[in-house]
Amino acid sequence: MRLLTHNMLSSNIKGVANGFPLRIEAEKVVEKEVELNTDFLRNMFAKIEWKALVEASKTLGYAELPDVAEPSMLDSDEFLNRFHHALLELHLEEGALVCPETGRKFPVNKGIPNMLLHEDEV
Amino acid sequence: MASRPELQAPPEIFYNDDEARKYTSSSRIIDIQAKLSERAMELLALPEDGVPRLLLDIGCGSGLSGETLTESGHQWIGLDISESMLNVALERETEGDLILGDMGQGLGVRPGVIDGAISISAVQWLCNADRSSHEPRLRLKAFFGSLYRCLARGARAVLQVYPENLAQRELILGFAMRAGFSGGVVVDYPHSTKKRKEFLVLSCGPPSLSSAAPQAKLEDEESCSDDEDSSEDEENQSVSVSDRHRPRKKQKLNKKVKGREWILKRKDKMRRKGNTVPADSKYTARKRKARF
Repeated sequence: MRLLTHNMLSSNIKGVANGFPLRIEAEKVVEKEVELNTDFLRNMFAKIEWKALVEASKTLGYAELPDVAEPSMLDSDEFLNRFHHALLELHLEEGALVCPETGRKFPVNKGIPNMLLHEDEV
Repeated sequence: MASRPELQAPPEIFYNDDEARKYTSSSRIIDIQAKLSERAMELLALPEDGVPRLLLDIGCGSGLSGETLTESGHQWIGLDISESMLNVALERETEGDLILGDMGQGLGVRPGVIDGAISISAVQWLCNADRSSHEPRLRLKAFFGSLYRCLARGARAVLQVYPENLAQRELILGFAMRAGFSGGVVVDYPHSTKKRKEFLVLSCGPPSLSSAAPQAKLEDEESCSDDEDSSEDEENQSVSVSDRHRPRKKQKLNKKVKGREWILKRKDKMRRKGNTVPADSKYTARKRKARF
């Protein structure tokens, strides 16, 4: 699972008002190289919750992202490269996502988060 | 054709390891899925500016439909309830991210971030109650509600469905409209039983020129019905479009009611023919009171 997906997911449990961002418990992280596409990054930038991305990339052991990001920074190649790496190349392979409100764990196996809810959580 | 998979077992059980492998190794299914997803992409009508978008593939299965998304250069996130199907998708090394989840529990995606959603042959599963806790209406409501929320304004969702009957189609469409979507059903090849494919084309936000329902594909005269060959293009015609913004009670009964004169004339004619006809009185052709 890429951090792009992590940045979009929120906890869906009944009664949880703020299920974002899901805390990451990383056991295994892999990196897969992907071709850089600046158009996509520019398009996505507005939709990304930057703080959550920075936190998540830190838990995966990548601390190169600046704490605050401005749209003007999208002109810098260096920033784009880091953004790209954090967003699309870091994969959470094994571990868990934890709901920030209830502490419910969603296990991640082989890169697939299991977001299935129990009957009493729907 | 064998009985519908929807009637055999819940999706996470029906698509077990065997079935998932069978599904993905059948060249016929691969072909149909690829065509369906290409058509769905076409109906999604993303702006052609070469910018990759973030799309959602609901019921992505083994990633057959996702492949089409990748080919057109988009990033996608796939959701499916069958672990076996997702495992096959992993083996096939699909580009998108996969999530094991149940669309009937809501999508669990942040609001307003998705540029478009497709779903190939999945949504009709929601009409089944596979467990005692399942209530199809609630599940449809949760699904369409969360889909509406996670789509960006003006974004579209194209859902290809195989409704079992008319009632199911109405049910699905009804919940889509209730969630706030506008749009309708596009039926490709409406006259063919085998090739007939239905797409729900939904868009977020107010209807506009760009959200007008696209045209359906019709059967070509010469193409025979048993191959999935599509040499279509011309003679498209749009079918069966419903719109939630249509004024509800416009078609009130203001039909021309035939008046007293007409009835008297008619009775006269019948009398001349020798039929027994009630006598004329002040009550003839008078309207009944509303409380009747």
